[in-house]
Amino acid sequence: MAIADAAPAGTRTAKVRYGSMSRDRAWALRWSYFFLTLFAIFFLLPPIYMLITSLKTSAEISAATNPWWVYRPTLENYVELLGSRTYITFFRNSAIVSVFVVTITMLISVPAAFALSRMKFWGSTTLATGVFLTYLVPDTLLFLPLFKMFAQFSDLTGIQLINRWWVLLVLYPTLTVPFATWIMIGYFSSIPKELDEAALIDGASWTQTLTKIFIPVALPGIIAATIFSFTVSWAQFLYPLAFTTSTDQLVLPVGIITTLIKGDVFNWGQIMTGALLGAAPPLIIYAFLMDYYISGLTAGATKG
Amino acid sequence: MAEVKLRKVVKRYDEVEAVRGIDLDIADHEFVVLVGPSGCGKSTTLRMIAGLEDISGGDIMIGGDVVNDVPPKDRDIAMVFQNYALYPHMTVEQNMSFGLRLKRYPKAEIRKRVDEAARILDIKELLNRKPKQLSGGQRQRVAMGRAIVRNPKVFLFDEPLSNLDAKLRVQMRTEIKKVHQQVRTTTVYVTHDQVEAMTLADRVVVMNHGIIEQVGSPQELYHSPKTRFVAGFIGSPAMNFIPCRLEEAGGGGLSIRVTDSLALPIPEARTSRYRAHAANGRLLLGLRPEHLTEAGPHAEPGKVPFDARLEVTEPMGMETLVYFPINGTQVCGRVNPDAGATDGGNLRMSANLNNMHLVDEASGKVI
Repeated sequence: MAIADAAPAGTRTAKVRYGSMSRDRAWALRWSYFFLTLFAIFFLLPPIYMLITSLKTSAEISAATNPWWVYRPTLENYVELLGSRTYITFFRNSAIVSVFVVTITMLISVPAAFALSRMKFWGSTTLATGVFLTYLVPDTLLFLPLFKMFAQFSDLTGIQLINRWWVLLVLYPTLTVPFATWIMIGYFSSIPKELDEAALIDGASWTQTLTKIFIPVALPGIIAATIFSFTVSWAQFLYPLAFTTSTDQLVLPVGIITTLIKGDVFNWGQIMTGALLGAAPPLIIYAFLMDYYISGLTAGATKG
Repeated sequence: MAEVKLRKVVKRYDEVEAVRGIDLDIADHEFVVLVGPSGCGKSTTLRMIAGLEDISGGDIMIGGDVVNDVPPKDRDIAMVFQNYALYPHMTVEQNMSFGLRLKRYPKAEIRKRVDEAARILDIKELLNRKPKQLSGGQRQRVAMGRAIVRNPKVFLFDEPLSNLDAKLRVQMRTEIKKVHQQVRTTTVYVTHDQVEAMTLADRVVVMNHGIIEQVGSPQELYHSPKTRFVAGFIGSPAMNFIPCRLEEAGGGGLSIRVTDSLALPIPEARTSRYRAHAANGRLLLGLRPEHLTEAGPHAEPGKVPFDARLEVTEPMGMETLVYFPINGTQVCGRVNPDAGATDGGNLRMSANLNNMHLVDEASGKVI
């Protein structure tokens, strides 16, 4: 009898153990869904609010109606903004600045990262750390000294740097180059050393090793760095606010604020429309390159 | 094709001397294997020949030219790496032709060479695949193909089979030997696996602590090791070393005193060689496991029977390895599977002193 009892007891223990594992998993999943939904709602509410507001007339916005509902939807704000030359100028300035900044950043940071991660030279490790430390200095600390430097530069040479959109091409890389270089150092370091040795033996020069082996192999990392640089330059607010003032020199984030807020009158409908349209390019780029971005960032993270 | 010469080659990393002044001559068409434990300097030596490491002293010559300061690409060598080092974004064909394309060979010539190498390695159907679609063995073949198409003066192999499983390793070993028989390029091959070294090499270079212990054919190293290290490193299971001393036996002979109760008379042919060391109190008797077998029914010259209490037996099928203590040292013997060896049992064993080695423990030299 005792033996007969023991067997089912043993089976039961095994079943309970198995069951508890799947139950744990089920609960973990439920919690994950709960928090993920919470996060999604939290982060999606502002853009949804922007979208709703952008579809309203100024009268409806200021009326005391339900702010989460559009009673008389209109595309008036979109038509007006897209028809306005200033908004198009902002958009164009932003696009030109971002494209150039991304290009400049990649032209500097890819070779820099390659040199720092592969061509072991005196001080290369210190330099690599230095590059990252530069990234830790916030732009709020930098813009005043930079402004002062530019002012002195124009005093000395007579070349006016302030209130020119192209000065942003010098400013933004101070933010993008260190981080992009850092991502790329991590990514390049994850490429086995034998790969460049094989290329060296095959007869490739350092430049050929970079262009024919490293860049194609590290493409996910390069795309990640590109997206990062694009996002930073597209969304940068402080530098253009400090360094550009004339309407024709402004980029999108500053342009919206300075032209659509007149005194204490906020043109909310157009502000929301402008911001929403402004958010579109990074969104589209993310949507297409998301997979690359994630694999790029994680590769950099584990090795960096 | 060319010969490779190393003259007093030294490699220093800060304070550590990884390679300590080695001399080595590798003849044209020869297959030389550098073998030794981790950190013995074998890979460093290979990498110095490749030009991937600067040399701290001495000269390296390939085809008669000193190449100390010649960059890898101008040394006309090809290297196969342990982790294959295939370019992951290129197809097999592009991988193999990369070097030739960089040197701007005509397309037809590249095509011809790649096809020829693919034929030798039997990878024709893989030419359009990417490395990630290949198995380990296939990748290694492609890595060899990349070396072959270059038609270099010297092939360098850096532990090429270490990443493969045991079965594939044996198979690829044969492949490498076959390829060498076909292309006859001078080859330097690095491994820590002495079986690989023995099976592949025309000559084996045994390295330890940055110096060359011995250079010789596999047979030479196996039967006439010059040092205790070589004797112990070559052969599997390893040679047994039993502390002993020499003593005079009757009739002008010598015998090896292993324990109070066990003295093994040395065959006459060897007595004169060992007599000078009779006073040396720190000697080791070196006997390979195959020279410690079960005793036969009849006495044979040079074979000395003794009783052993077996601790562990390992049946291998065609033979059984037996482990038993002599004078506190665990030794390994090889007996016939039908000899009746059992764990914890007794067995009449026989030591074949015709193949014995005597090692001076202090110097580590085989006498």
